[in-house]
Amino acid sequence: MPLQVNGEERTVPDGLTVRGLLVHLELVPELVVVERNREIVDRSRYDEVELEAGDRLELVHFVGGG
Amino acid sequence: MTIEAEGRDVSRLDRVQDAPLRLGDREFESRLIVGTGKYRDDETMVRAIRASGAEMVTVAVRRVELDRSKEGSILHHLDPDEFFILPNTAGCYTAEDALRYARLGRAAGLNEWVKLEVIGDESTLLPDVHATLEAARILVEEGFKVMAYTNEDLVTALRLEDAGCISVMPLASPIGSGLGLVNPYYIREIKSRLEVPVIVDAGVGTASDACATMEQGVDGVLMNTAIAAADHPATMARAMRLGVQAGRLAYLAGRMPTREIAVPSSPTHGMLD
Repeated sequence: MPLQVNGEERTVPDGLTVRGLLVHLELVPELVVVERNREIVDRSRYDEVELEAGDRLELVHFVGGG
Repeated sequence: MTIEAEGRDVSRLDRVQDAPLRLGDREFESRLIVGTGKYRDDETMVRAIRASGAEMVTVAVRRVELDRSKEGSILHHLDPDEFFILPNTAGCYTAEDALRYARLGRAAGLNEWVKLEVIGDESTLLPDVHATLEAARILVEEGFKVMAYTNEDLVTALRLEDAGCISVMPLASPIGSGLGLVNPYYIREIKSRLEVPVIVDAGVGTASDACATMEQGVDGVLMNTAIAAADHPATMARAMRLGVQAGRLAYLAGRMPTREIAVPSSPTHGMLD
């Protein structure tokens, strides 16, 4: 299914959960914060929230900054 | 005993005693807070931060690089058990964006603190104080512990304190400029009028700037570029640590008054004929 991830169009397997997407992208779920259609997904719900075609996702983490 | 604790416990010298830096419900021995940006590599950053003695470090919230997942989170290099991680809203130009970044930072699950920064002008990076105040009120309402970056304007500082910020952080000079403390009078004025800790954030260029800033009596200094952009960051970090301590001690010591005329230090009597 098509998703928009960090501003890029991506096609991923259907029915992925948030955790499934992070694993698919080889990211560490414990270090990534997910915003789905402008709403933050609580990390405790990564396993249960299923993504839908067309979802807009922002995957962020901490980087160096002042 | 850490150097910070040793620096604070000057009671055996003069019965002058300092307290730890109290921010919100936490105490810090070090009055130096450092940023983690702009280092040439992660190893240099970690070495410099350790040399600075800082216990609190700022980080930014940014998109994950999808195709370079190995270059991951800064938390691969900085252990949140060793350093208190303060997420910032750097790069935000509106209150709405700052709220979004602050909420994302909190959702990382480390703490509910934020260094609130809303920029109003691209060339000077001076803060938009109206947007900062608006965002601060909402974030405090949502339970955030807000440390607000602002300019050296007393009235804004008072309003930020009223809004419930746990610390107000006026600039010494523009972010990344290294111009040092341009308005010591305004910084002193803010410090004398606020009850929450005043941390001077941005503009310090070298150790004498850090020292001069602390001599104004403020509670701490936050810096990033001055260390990261030095030829030898860990050495500059050590210099900043000592500069902050020297400035703090000089403030506690109570400096001599300045005079427009010379006064001899040696006796004027007892001279030979």
